[in-house]
Amino acid sequence: MSWPNRRNFLKSAAATGAAALAGKPQLARAQEAPRASAASAPSARAREAETGAPPAEVLTADRPGSDFMVDVLKRLGFEYVCSNPGSSFRGLHESIVNYGGNRDPEFITCCHEESSVAMAHGYAKIEGKPACVFAHGTVGLQHAAMALYNAYCDRAPVYVIIGNLVDAASRRPGVEWEHSVQDAGAMVRDFVKWDDLPASLPHFGESAVRAYKIAMTPPMMPVLLVADGDLQENPVAEAWPPIPKLTLARAPQGDSGSVAEAARLLVNAENPVLLAGRVARTPAGLKALIELAETLAAPVIDQGERMNFPSRHPLNLSSGRGLIAEADVIVGLELTDFWGTLHNYRDQLRRTSRRLTKPDTKLISITTGDLYLKSNYQDFERFQEVDLAMAADAEQTLPALTEAVKRLLTADRKRALEERGRKLAAAHQKALEAARVEASYGWDASPISTARLSMELWAQIKGKDWSLVSGAGGWPARLWEFDKHHQHIGSSGGAGVGYSAPASLGAALANRKYGRVSVTIQNDGDLMYAPGVLWTAAHHKIPLLSVMHNNRAYHQEVMHIQRMANRHQRGIENAGIGTTLLDPSIDFATVARGMGVYGAGPILEARDLGPAIRRALEVVEKGEPALIDVVTQPR
Amino acid sequence: MRFAILMGLAATAWGEAPDAENGRHLFARYGCYQCHQLEAQGAAATGPRLGPRPIPFANFTKYVRRPTGQMPPYTAKVVKDSELADIYAFLESLPAPPPVKDIPLLNQ
Repeated sequence: MSWPNRRNFLKSAAATGAAALAGKPQLARAQEAPRASAASAPSARAREAETGAPPAEVLTADRPGSDFMVDVLKRLGFEYVCSNPGSSFRGLHESIVNYGGNRDPEFITCCHEESSVAMAHGYAKIEGKPACVFAHGTVGLQHAAMALYNAYCDRAPVYVIIGNLVDAASRRPGVEWEHSVQDAGAMVRDFVKWDDLPASLPHFGESAVRAYKIAMTPPMMPVLLVADGDLQENPVAEAWPPIPKLTLARAPQGDSGSVAEAARLLVNAENPVLLAGRVARTPAGLKALIELAETLAAPVIDQGERMNFPSRHPLNLSSGRGLIAEADVIVGLELTDFWGTLHNYRDQLRRTSRRLTKPDTKLISITTGDLYLKSNYQDFERFQEVDLAMAADAEQTLPALTEAVKRLLTADRKRALEERGRKLAAAHQKALEAARVEASYGWDASPISTARLSMELWAQIKGKDWSLVSGAGGWPARLWEFDKHHQHIGSSGGAGVGYSAPASLGAALANRKYGRVSVTIQNDGDLMYAPGVLWTAAHHKIPLLSVMHNNRAYHQEVMHIQRMANRHQRGIENAGIGTTLLDPSIDFATVARGMGVYGAGPILEARDLGPAIRRALEVVEKGEPALIDVVTQPR
Repeated sequence: MRFAILMGLAATAWGEAPDAENGRHLFARYGCYQCHQLEAQGAAATGPRLGPRPIPFANFTKYVRRPTGQMPPYTAKVVKDSELADIYAFLESLPAPPPVKDIPLLNQ
């Protein structure tokens, strides 16, 4: 006895129900014409009655489930789907480009799933909302896993839909079995916030909206939905199921009692310090931190995981770790590693640490990290004892904290704070001048110093509406003037190499509609993970200037091997084995040109760099990507 | 080219003055530049500037042999005393940079 499989059963059901399609509200214009055609055609049953012949096999479907899925994605407001094509989501892919008109979302062709997810990661940090990613549930998700882990650690929303075929009786022989999995989400469940396997279209609609809401609720993280192959491809006879209304959850604010207590401690503190991790989810967070710092005349140490605080603000003392030793109250705002910030740690044969703070320093933490945590992957860092912990979103809590501080400030206290502010402003200026002096050493060196590279680039973009989408640490943080939220977006989160190139491109994609000049200081080792991202940049005309920080090595690893070799007293002559990118040196300009991207270099002399950047920027400002290969000092 | 070393630095075992040019070569060969950069100008994330005007030679040697911070130890088994003297000579030989006020890109 043979059983009709689910796919064929639904196909025949669809043939009898086609008339039910008419008059249903649809989101996509492209659906209208095929629907009218299907409704007017004679049904298989009618043909059988007329001819006496068995019903012809139904070979076409006008209204697959994937069209509904596209309507859901449109309703959620996705601009882009970043994806490397895969047969397990062929229905969705086809519905995006035809039914959905390839607009909102538009299909962005990626050459690797890690690039797809990292592009969505970078996009989210500029745009403040997720991009969608399509991937195979098996081979695609395995490629995507590293980038998902980065986004998870970086508390960034990424919305992943993977194709899979649960029903074994439906699968084509061969590769569709290799590309099917019982529990597709299992592989990444440790580092996505939520996942689901919808069994019906109503289920898909609900879970899609739920997933979006979960991804966008701080702490923001990736989510994953499985789009079953049958669900995508089977025709739908019934009316589209309703798509639930999306109402995003408000980010949690610290409770009023804790806010008042924190304000009391801060107002009475002689040397408070504000430590900023991933505070500014939005421009409002940047503004809120400025207001708190100015109200308190408190220094801010910005750890650079978001654009939290203006680099040239007189209260920005991000290079002043000495402040921690003097502090009597420290507030940790969405910190990744509070403990590591408060301790010196030595990576010698015997690992030792020393607490930097005074014994009676009061510690306050405000973080959504206290609200949601997973156990397997250890990105939560070492446990830090604190005196007051608010399980809350820092950006959402800062305005209330500032108001509470203002209520407690007396005229006398304000005068004292003004004096403190003047001293801190002087310290800020001193640090800036010291950084300039440091940058002057090796100024004309070849290979080119990273300070020189940074300042040559800054000179060319500072008058424009710019966004440094990767590589903001180091010299730019010390010497550039950052004062807008989109001017940098932090880093990978999980320190998984291969993030920068695709995340920069995703951020540049988001910046494009605002007319911003996106630039990145691009590491060579990172670009070599998936250089196909250059082709994506060229194909989709995404304006991004990549200035290579080409030190011809996985430099962090060079230092680690060197550390081990010294520890074992064996000399470091072999530390370059497996860690350097020499012999041959990579000609990134040629690589770029081969992908359809403007390429210049290698630039070896500092005097050649400024003109090269000017020429490349002309290309970028015309709407195309460009790359300059700069051979640099290690750091 | 050889540079006379000041500040009481002893000559090598053969009585020769330390060799700054050889020191530059050793600075690269022993990977000092990986953290401190090729001109010893330093990098905030990895290691401080070492020259010109390095710390006194005795302190320099003591730190290289038994660092108190993150730097990995370079024992005499790996870098000979005479080689350290050459490296020190290289650090002393480095030219001072131009004043910041004369570098327009650093006054932005």
